[in-house]
Amino acid sequence: MSALVIRGARHWRTGAPLDLAIADGLIVDRAPDGAPELDAKGAILAPGLVDLHVHLREPGQSAKETIATGTRAAAAGGFTAVACMPNTDPVLDSVAWIEWVLSRARAAGRCRVHPIGAVTLGQKGETLTPAHALARAGAVALSDDGRPVMSAGMMRHALEYAAQAELPIVCHEEDLTLRGEGVMHEGFTATRLGLRGIPGAAETVMVRRDVELAALTGGRVHLAHLSTAESFEALRDAKRRGLAVSGETCPHYWTLTDESVGDYDTRAKMNPPLRSAADRDATIAAIQDGTIDCFVTDHAPHTEEEKRQPFAEAPFGIVGLETALALTITFLVEPGHLSLERALELWTDARLEPGHPADVTLIDADAEWTIDATRFHSKGRNTPFDGWRVHGKVLATVCAGAVTHADAALAVRGALPEFAEARA
Amino acid sequence: MERATASPYPAPAGAGFFYPSTAVGGRRHLLGLERVSREAIVDLLDAARLYRERLAAGRWRSDALAQVAVCNAFFEDSTRTRCSFELAEQRLGAMHVSFGPAGTSVSKGETLLDTLRVLQSMRVEIIVVRHRSAGVPAFLAGQLDASIVNAGDGEHEHPTQGLLDLMTLGDAWQERFDGRRLAIVGDIAHSRVARSAIAGLTTLGAEVTVCGPATLLPADVEALGCEVAPTVEDALSGADGVMALRLQKERMESGLLPSLGEYAATWGLTPERIRLMKPEAVVMHPGPMNRGVEIAPEVADGARSRVFDQTANGLPVRCAVLAWCATGDAKAAA
Repeated sequence: MSALVIRGARHWRTGAPLDLAIADGLIVDRAPDGAPELDAKGAILAPGLVDLHVHLREPGQSAKETIATGTRAAAAGGFTAVACMPNTDPVLDSVAWIEWVLSRARAAGRCRVHPIGAVTLGQKGETLTPAHALARAGAVALSDDGRPVMSAGMMRHALEYAAQAELPIVCHEEDLTLRGEGVMHEGFTATRLGLRGIPGAAETVMVRRDVELAALTGGRVHLAHLSTAESFEALRDAKRRGLAVSGETCPHYWTLTDESVGDYDTRAKMNPPLRSAADRDATIAAIQDGTIDCFVTDHAPHTEEEKRQPFAEAPFGIVGLETALALTITFLVEPGHLSLERALELWTDARLEPGHPADVTLIDADAEWTIDATRFHSKGRNTPFDGWRVHGKVLATVCAGAVTHADAALAVRGALPEFAEARA
Repeated sequence: MERATASPYPAPAGAGFFYPSTAVGGRRHLLGLERVSREAIVDLLDAARLYRERLAAGRWRSDALAQVAVCNAFFEDSTRTRCSFELAEQRLGAMHVSFGPAGTSVSKGETLLDTLRVLQSMRVEIIVVRHRSAGVPAFLAGQLDASIVNAGDGEHEHPTQGLLDLMTLGDAWQERFDGRRLAIVGDIAHSRVARSAIAGLTTLGAEVTVCGPATLLPADVEALGCEVAPTVEDALSGADGVMALRLQKERMESGLLPSLGEYAATWGLTPERIRLMKPEAVVMHPGPMNRGVEIAPEVADGARSRVFDQTANGLPVRCAVLAWCATGDAKAAA
């Protein structure tokens, strides 16, 4: 029987004063007497953030990240749920591995973990995974993230089959023949540095293909980490046609451009790559006009050794869980591109109403702080934002009624319910 | 937005390429010609001409770098560049060791960085490096306490080649670069020679026109500061010189070109095309040449050809670069 009261907060939509009572993992009308209290001091109380695109790296790549460290980072970033990608070693393509991830998350996790199963066995693009069994085991979607399904015929079958299992397919859109040996966006910076480029069309031609396959099959297509102006246009078209297609983008695409690669900075290497200034502006426009359905981080931790290599040899990916909210507030809300309410809507579908799970995030939207990668809870330090001054701080994260992250400055009365307790 | 200055990663964005050095211990590096000042280029070329005089005078050898150890770390095959560096090091009296791509500990799984840390531990002061991957010299400059000289990194730069090309053109152009125009023909996209030449020539005030098959032109190449001509004839008309780039056979295999014959017919330097240039214009090629493909034999061996002057100038240029890295004075050994 755990309970908690968050007192003196402001409602994320209305700004109205809000005291939130929590009991047994749910938001309730009134907490039991004597429940511990957390003084929000006027901070914004929002539903817990959700990140649909995270690489937790387990099984098999625990030097980069573990379910324990990745979900700890998620909690620190204000997230109460993440969906984790199946490009682990081995790939999450069987019931056994989906169950394993869920059991690790129950034992060591600090937020809800929703595993995403592979589309094809070993993400090889050859044989379908058992979508029905994966769905029953707890997979929330299918994806061959990191390795696109290059065969249109195979993708058609995957969409048809997954639709019956009521699973969306999260599409990593990249034509590998157009990418070639590319390691960054094709443009002047790549030309200057003598690095092979990845044209924006490598993404967009696959987006267009999968939109047509959604039309053909009735399957549910979710377009992962969109980065080009033309991809957003394709998503707009799909929505106009009423197709079951949705799309996501990441903070680095509205914050940075390919110039951030500078002189071979591997911290600015990810896939899709940082694009042109026009693409960055188109990202913001697509967010503003509602083309983008949700924000994700594509949190992709790597070891320092792996990133401390010549640019072409270093792996793609940056961490994002612990910087996402601040980059949203600093680069979308503060410049006036988006209201804080709308920005938070793109990070969560949870509800702040009695009867709903007590997954909430307490935010000081004005607090200024300096991103310091050495203080991340993630094992990954690979961020291009290290040292940046940003606004917007997560003061506390509550998942299933338990405190999963609390800023040291928070005023607390009584013993806060720990997450381990809520898990048990 | 401010960036923190302390970083465990190499080459922070915006770091100067030449000087002021960003490296550990303030070493001098030659990582590329991009962002090297006009003064620095002129200084290196002046020094190179002094070394050329010394070399021309007979059996010259200096002991100016006698206390300096140099390592030639060639992770990619090379004949002319490696021999030229080794001879320059010996002419300046430096101690030197070299290794090539075969038989190094890299083939035993050691990382590039560890291999070069081992050499640094042997008190090597200057590391001359060639690597297939663009940015390796900049990466090493951020990680090692040694001067790094780029002897060719992937498709990025080959700055000593760029300097010897400038020296060769300076001879042909009476050291006047303003108002001159060089045409560069061929595989610009994959050419480190072209990038260094464009950077050096534009810094000295010359114009550069590039041309080649669309599949071999990099994105936004104009932003490097050059013009793009639609045909080789357009590029050559009225030019003060031309540089043909080597055409790699892999370009056919990766579907970028139909055939050598088509390339030679459309882009090759033929005697007829050469005549479109100014009468005193010169012909260059970084080598190794595919005679009959990017350059006709009679052009390679013709009166306008400076191909072998280029290789001859490599030695004094490398003397100047090594002396500058070791002492801060490019003429120190002259």
